[in-house]
Amino acid sequence: MSTFRNRIESKLRAAFEPTRLEVIDESHQHAGHGGWREGGETHFRVRIGSPQFAGKSRVETHRAVNAVLAEELRERVHALAIEASAS
Amino acid sequence: MSDTQQFIDETVKSNDVVLFMKGTKQFPMCGFSGQVVQILEYVGVPYKDVNVLEGDGLRDAIKQYTNWPTIPQLYVKGEFVGGCDIVREMFQAGELQEFLSGKGLAVKQAS
Repeated sequence: MSTFRNRIESKLRAAFEPTRLEVIDESHQHAGHGGWREGGETHFRVRIGSPQFAGKSRVETHRAVNAVLAEELRERVHALAIEASAS
Repeated sequence: MSDTQQFIDETVKSNDVVLFMKGTKQFPMCGFSGQVVQILEYVGVPYKDVNVLEGDGLRDAIKQYTNWPTIPQLYVKGEFVGGCDIVREMFQAGELQEFLSGKGLAVKQAS
């Protein structure tokens, strides 16, 4: 279960060596809305802190996260909320 | 450039503030789009809304246009500013009003 959540978490760990990381499946909050599918794993929230984000703009940081999760976004993930900081 | 890319390009360059969203500012069809509408309304800046659910291929075209995988997307003076999270963070930090005034756009002053 939670294959996409696990995939997202391990990819983010490998890419950013985060000091803090939470990947939360919020799909149930969007049940019946656009992009939702049976079984969830369509709407995620990522809370991530990594020194690699230091000196990056918000857009650059979000782009970096989106790029690492490009496959997941293409395959299933409909919404990805990102709360990122450098620590 | 395809016709749709052309349409996007012309729209962001001929309007000071453009929000590509699901639904319209009167009837947002997605919570994330709705949040950005609320913020822009609160800030009081005039903006054009473009419903990506209408128009052929607009939804995919806007994702490619600025290499950003999600909607909503906010553009100011032809420049991509961010999606829902970034706009909200900027608003909460008081940076959004500053950014818009810095671009010469009228916003309501914080009381």
